[in-house]
Amino acid sequence: MKKALALVMAGVMALSLAACGGSTANSGSTTSTGSTGSQNTNTSGTEITLWTYPIGSWQDSATVDGFIAKFNEKHPDIKVNVEYLDYTNGDDKVTTAIEAKNTPDIIFEGPERLVTNWGAKGLMVDLSDLWTEEATADISQTSEAVVNACKSADGKYYEYPMCMTAHNMAINYELFEKAGALQYIDEETRSWTTDNFVKALEAIKESGLAATPAIVYCGGQGGDQGTRALVNNLYSGTYTNADHTAYTANSEANVKALQLLQDLNKQGLVNFDPAAQASDELQMFANGTAAMTFCWNASNEATYASQVNFTPYAMNFPSDDGKAELCGGIWGFGIFDNGDQAKIDAAKTFIQFICDDATQGPASVQATGFFPVRASFGNVYEGTENAERMATFATFLPNMGDYYNVTGGWTEQRTAWWNMLQEIGGGTDVKTAADKFVTTANAAIAK
Amino acid sequence: MNSTVTGKLTPYRIISGIILAILTVFLVFPLYWIFTGSVKTAADINTPTPQWFPTNPTWANYEKLFSNPAGLWLFNTIFIAVVAMLLTCITASMAGYVLAKKRFYGKAFIFSAIICAMALPKQVILIPLLKEMSALHLHDTLWAVILPTVGWPFGVFLMKQFSEGIPNEMLEAARIDGAGEVRTFVQIILPMVKPGIGALAIFTFITAWNDYFMQLIMLTKNTSLTISLGIANLQAEMATDFGLIMAGAAVAAIPILAVFLMFQKYFTQGIAMGAVKG
Amino acid sequence: MTTSAIKKPLKQKGPSKRSTVLGISQAEARRETISAYLFLLPFLVVFVGFVLIPMVMCLWTSFFDSTMAREDIFVGFGNYIKMFQDEIFWKALMNTALIVVVAVPTVTAFSLWVASAIYKMKGAACSFFRCVFYLPVVTGTVAVTVVWKWMFNNYYGIVNYIAKGTGLIENNVNWLGNEKTAIWCIILILFTTSIGQPIVLYVSALGNVDASLVEAAEVDGATRLQTFWKIMWPQITPTTLYILVITTINSFQCFALIQLLTSGGPNHSTDTIMYYIYYKAFKLYEYGYGNAMGVILAIVIALFSALQFKVAGKRD
Repeated sequence: MKKALALVMAGVMALSLAACGGSTANSGSTTSTGSTGSQNTNTSGTEITLWTYPIGSWQDSATVDGFIAKFNEKHPDIKVNVEYLDYTNGDDKVTTAIEAKNTPDIIFEGPERLVTNWGAKGLMVDLSDLWTEEATADISQTSEAVVNACKSADGKYYEYPMCMTAHNMAINYELFEKAGALQYIDEETRSWTTDNFVKALEAIKESGLAATPAIVYCGGQGGDQGTRALVNNLYSGTYTNADHTAYTANSEANVKALQLLQDLNKQGLVNFDPAAQASDELQMFANGTAAMTFCWNASNEATYASQVNFTPYAMNFPSDDGKAELCGGIWGFGIFDNGDQAKIDAAKTFIQFICDDATQGPASVQATGFFPVRASFGNVYEGTENAERMATFATFLPNMGDYYNVTGGWTEQRTAWWNMLQEIGGGTDVKTAADKFVTTANAAIAK
Repeated sequence: MNSTVTGKLTPYRIISGIILAILTVFLVFPLYWIFTGSVKTAADINTPTPQWFPTNPTWANYEKLFSNPAGLWLFNTIFIAVVAMLLTCITASMAGYVLAKKRFYGKAFIFSAIICAMALPKQVILIPLLKEMSALHLHDTLWAVILPTVGWPFGVFLMKQFSEGIPNEMLEAARIDGAGEVRTFVQIILPMVKPGIGALAIFTFITAWNDYFMQLIMLTKNTSLTISLGIANLQAEMATDFGLIMAGAAVAAIPILAVFLMFQKYFTQGIAMGAVKG
Repeated sequence: MTTSAIKKPLKQKGPSKRSTVLGISQAEARRETISAYLFLLPFLVVFVGFVLIPMVMCLWTSFFDSTMAREDIFVGFGNYIKMFQDEIFWKALMNTALIVVVAVPTVTAFSLWVASAIYKMKGAACSFFRCVFYLPVVTGTVAVTVVWKWMFNNYYGIVNYIAKGTGLIENNVNWLGNEKTAIWCIILILFTTSIGQPIVLYVSALGNVDASLVEAAEVDGATRLQTFWKIMWPQITPTTLYILVITTINSFQCFALIQLLTSGGPNHSTDTIMYYIYYKAFKLYEYGYGNAMGVILAIVIALFSALQFKVAGKRD
């Protein structure tokens, strides 16, 4: 009897183990973890993994596979596997991968993650050798801020940038026209003053053409650069101090701006919505519920083009002096240090091909729907169907302000920011809420 | 009392009928919206005034869904749920039986460990679990999701409750007949606890199917995703593609609904017996 | 392979004690112990490996300041002390308690009522209702959540549309964006996704209550309510206990709803412990702190379950 039972048990165990092995084999491509350690030290036959956040068409496997095929024409010995991340769960996946020692070799995102977060924790490879004199000069020519953003406090480069944009806002042109609010914007420079912004809101409310003139979304961190830019621009405040060591949401200018928004909220001229994130606000802009959106860029215009039956008209943020400082977005590549030099070298080869190659570089940028960080690429959209749209958005680039996303405690302050907006929308005293934000955010820097 | 007489209209009946009807609308409407939403264009879904019927139905959302390995995702989801269900039923009915009917050294200790573990929220053990899975090279395989589900002690607890309803005389009789342990278990115990297994099967299947967070943490490769992770992966940062989510939900709901309908009868008969005895 | 390892200590300790207590022969006791462990083995392997070990690791880590890419620092009860001073933790604990205290009894009572209303219906009608109530369970949390989010939309959601149309409210209510209403919306959605299983269970339990007993009671002139409490309720108590346990587990684990609808807002009014643990551990990498909260939550759930067993047990 015992024997029979033991046999059954052994059978069950064997079966589950066999099934286990089978499934691992079935599930296709082998994971390339550095932890397994590879025998070969040269790059031949190396397999690397790229994780990409959804940046333009870089979330589309057909596009990325095409790029990899091009890469393999030149480097047939390096196999590149791609996984696609999303912004809802992507960070959790990377966290998981780090804890599981299962990180990809290459990751495609911005400096606030690559440099400030993972780089600062010593998880990334220093990419100084990719920043050749030529590359540094070329990128500096576009913006010195980009170069600085990719560099950590100790002078190491944890990101090699590819593209950038300046986030702006947009208005419903026809609705503004009907409401008689076009007089408040300067169509030549696409800019407006804070006073005119308020007048435009009043005109729209008066006209009753939209359910709400504008939505200050604060239901989460998605697209929060829009609300940050709005607050900072109204009275020319800054988000952090100049050397990025402290948050300044409670400065006089910012408190004044937040107070104005709270007052506008009470009058129903804007609507603080804790149930909406940027994607919800955009949706409501697209279907005419709101007359403007605070979260706009070239990529969003492309995404919503098929849904809107009006002209989304890109604008600078309103500012007391009429001169907006826009939030920049920078995207590029970083390499996780998996301790395998062959993979690191292969990853560098790949990054160089994607970013620097004379024909591939511009194509890589085009797929993002943003602008090249390399000045030498010129206008990568010339002659494409998007030329006109991109020309419009290119005019916003010179207004890009300080790239403060590299300040410490970035992740934690993002949550504190939308929580602060919720409080202000709910009627909490503005100074109290702003002080609380700054205390939380500055404490996070120290961690 | 006339509670067994059907067809008579009492105020109670009318009121309960109305409440049932309201509740039905309340529960069915979201599902109606999911199915119709899956054949609407993005612009139609987001009209400020609701569009009750899809005016220009389109299969575009399904096409977009299946331009990704959605079939594989669905397979993965089903695989996880079915295997977790089978393994849980096997291990839990075996363990539940001995915990209910056998006396052995260490029983009290094992049972307390099971009760303690039941109270622990799964999220809490995810990070240690993750490190363990990667050490065992199971991370990013479907087994990383299946095994913790099988190890979750609720099933054992349930099967212990059911097994306690088995009369000791039956076990005694089997022993006198000279039946071995395995034979006793397969021929006597299993038929008796079938209702419990039915309940446990459905519970495990649904839990494994909907265990979004565990899947999220354990699975990363595009080829090892489940359907809900796959859909989440297709979202852009600045746009919610309702149509695509709806299509994914519809595709995911159909097989599980079929399972439920298939199991329903067996499950219904089963649980009833258990309720009386358990 | 593991069997020999288990046998060894048992030979020395187990049976010698047992044999006197149970009055069975040593050999028999040993045999029974071994076979019991063989039956337990498949479960124990998985349970110890993938639940117990991580659990112990979790308890262990809760005494450390543990974060990503840095050696852990021992802080003793530091995380626990920090927790009791953390305002948001208390808020989250209260919200979690509210969800459980409201959802569990409502779901149980309501599913019992629905089941009692439909269990005598003809086959097709009963099947229809069972399916209706089961649909939200099987559709998947993500999709159901997205639909509800749209229905609760401030400007063009169907809830406001109908509530305004019927004159229940005057102006649009931002259901998910209002501190007072948001958590009730969460509870409502949780309710719709939770009642399916209890209804199905109750329908079958009620259908199996001994009909002759019910009839006898009715002949004796018992009222409907009396019949229910005296005859039917005792027979469905095991089902009730089962339902209480699964609903409690479900309510405590309410996570995707929060993550996808409110991220804990507005003003932390929908923060639950589960979401807060997730936020601390996965967003801020405060693993030690997250684990400490997990330990406390486990204790709370354990107390809650014990209470349920006691209350439900008494009725028996």
